[in-house]
Amino acid sequence: MGKDYTEMWKGLGLNLEKHAGLLGVLSDAYKNIYLSQKERPAGMGYFDFVISEVHGQRIIEILKAKKEGKKIIGTFCLYVPEEIILAADGVCIGLCAGAEVGTSEAEKFIPRNTCALIKAFMGFKLAGLCPYVESTDLIVGETTCDGKKKAYEIFNEITKKVYVMEIPNMKTEEDRKLWLNEVRKFKEKMEEISGKKITLNDLKKASSTVNKKREALQRLSKLRSADPAPISGLDALLVNQVAFYDDPLRFTEMTDRLCAELEERVKQGVGVTKKGTPRIIISGSPIAIPNWKLHAVTEGSGAVVVGEESCVGERNHRELLDENFTTVDEALGKISSRYLTIDCACFTPNNERPDNIKSLVERLGADGIIHYSLQFCTPYMMEAYKVEKTLKSIPFMRLETDYSMEDMGQIKTRVEAFLETIR
Amino acid sequence: MRVAGIDIGSRFIKLVLIEKGKTVFFKKTEASFNPLENCFELLKDIRADTIIATGYGRHLLEIHQDIKTITEIKAFAIGAKTIFPKCRTIIDIGGQDTKVISLNEKGIVKKFEMNDRCAAGTGKFLEIMAKALDYRIEKFGSEAVNNSKEIQISSMCTVFAESEVVSLISKGMSRKNITIAIHRAIANKVVGLLRRIPIEDDIVFAGGCAKNRCLKQMLEQSIGKTLKIPSVPELTGALGAALYAEQEVPLTGIGQNLQNFHNEEVENYENRCKESVNR
Repeated sequence: MGKDYTEMWKGLGLNLEKHAGLLGVLSDAYKNIYLSQKERPAGMGYFDFVISEVHGQRIIEILKAKKEGKKIIGTFCLYVPEEIILAADGVCIGLCAGAEVGTSEAEKFIPRNTCALIKAFMGFKLAGLCPYVESTDLIVGETTCDGKKKAYEIFNEITKKVYVMEIPNMKTEEDRKLWLNEVRKFKEKMEEISGKKITLNDLKKASSTVNKKREALQRLSKLRSADPAPISGLDALLVNQVAFYDDPLRFTEMTDRLCAELEERVKQGVGVTKKGTPRIIISGSPIAIPNWKLHAVTEGSGAVVVGEESCVGERNHRELLDENFTTVDEALGKISSRYLTIDCACFTPNNERPDNIKSLVERLGADGIIHYSLQFCTPYMMEAYKVEKTLKSIPFMRLETDYSMEDMGQIKTRVEAFLETIR
Repeated sequence: MRVAGIDIGSRFIKLVLIEKGKTVFFKKTEASFNPLENCFELLKDIRADTIIATGYGRHLLEIHQDIKTITEIKAFAIGAKTIFPKCRTIIDIGGQDTKVISLNEKGIVKKFEMNDRCAAGTGKFLEIMAKALDYRIEKFGSEAVNNSKEIQISSMCTVFAESEVVSLISKGMSRKNITIAIHRAIANKVVGLLRRIPIEDDIVFAGGCAKNRCLKQMLEQSIGKTLKIPSVPELTGALGAALYAEQEVPLTGIGQNLQNFHNEEVENYENRCKESVNR
């Protein structure tokens, strides 16, 4: 952190001592995992800076926006339509839940065998460690997995600002109606808390902003199909993670700048590893910031991660919104359809997902898939079976872990042995 | 050329020296809380042209001595395939990991499964349970060959299973029956892993726990196939690492030699087992 933000953090009610500890750990991990990488693109400089100011400058920006009357909306799921938040002149922040923090505090409320992500979002709040949660005016939950669904009830008791969108479990006509209605209700909710009527023009502008962000991420994803890979999986993951809380316009510009540099690299055949390095796709549960564990192990074992089939990755940017609408209602219809293309494992059946992974494998020229499930993340743990069955022809390994470092030895052995089988 | 393989496990460090495909020396020591020091102790008197490290602590040597490593999965594959040339499936119950490995006909690893995160169903679990029942680990299992299904240990968590054992003891259950239940719990866990890979003959049971006859018998009953056990099963990984070090030498030659060497050993071992049953 460049400046002293103690007063700001105090004002937000953070636990200063624990927070300083967290930032210390984060900064060390970043140094060890990120800054030690070789052949990093210069364009990653921006993202290094953003991470170094993750609880500093960005919070100042958000608090400034808040002072100007903008509403700060925290989310935990791709299903929450960012376009509607932006159209109401709000700031959309994907809340982080990727570190083992406040576990014992969280376990006062939720069972021990809850996934690390849920424990982390409860833990960050309960331990007073997340300036984003403290800055929000509204936290939007959703009915995806059972764990999250029930945790939001408790989270609302603690924060008093949770709004839950109902996400159907299937994608039938009836479900589509239900979801469209949820999108409409969310628009009304946003209008209510912002005191601003959302117009067609607002939706046009917001849609263009979000689509441009998705296009920049798609561009990055496509560049990773080159061999040698022009960017490490760790760096590309970081870009995908930062996408959730950075200013969308600036993020798009910086990601495009990075991509221009990577295009040059691809032209010249420059990469972060040698041509022919084993290429891995990590597929499964969300990889929330600062969860870099599996990428670090995989790349530390001599492979390169070329894609994330994850909410933090492909699922976030695979589909653009059709911007061709002429009324607010038509826009809401298109938004609701676009979001229902997300192939989350909470849906049944979810045959799109194995198919999407298959085409991703082909596009990226991957040599193997590591199916990553957070421990106790039942939807993805279950779906691993179907994914493996569909992808018969490619080396596949299931892996279950969480954010702790206790199983690093086992994880490393498994990843290395998996790489030995595909070399 | 004389080469060494060192397998740095969570409980023991194993060293094998081979020369022209023959095992000329092997040694085993506890890993304890200072495995690196114990590795050096083990290596200090030997002379080898090259060393390959494997096992949970393999990177310790890589970092400190620039010694190349392979995973224990690969090491066990090479070791087991060399001892039993028809090997297609390997079960290894080690100190903290249980692994099942499927090989193709050339001995290349096709698929493997490992226990997740905790010590449930591993050698460490067995050790803790033996302690709870006041058995020496070497004896644990040899008394339980008789198969009783009277009681079950339902918890696979080492911590909970231990308290389950304590409560069974306080209910007056016999030590022998509890022992059987513990072995069955581990065997079930291993079979669960085996169901995820093709189970083809020959099936080799390696790693320290292969010395436990009760486990062998239960596994054989569950899958309905016979398991082959190397003469010194806990050395399979170190042997595999040594053989990998010698990779340039045609493997067939080594295999022949070792097969003879180990078959003799296996016979001895099997005889010893029979004797212990009759006793």
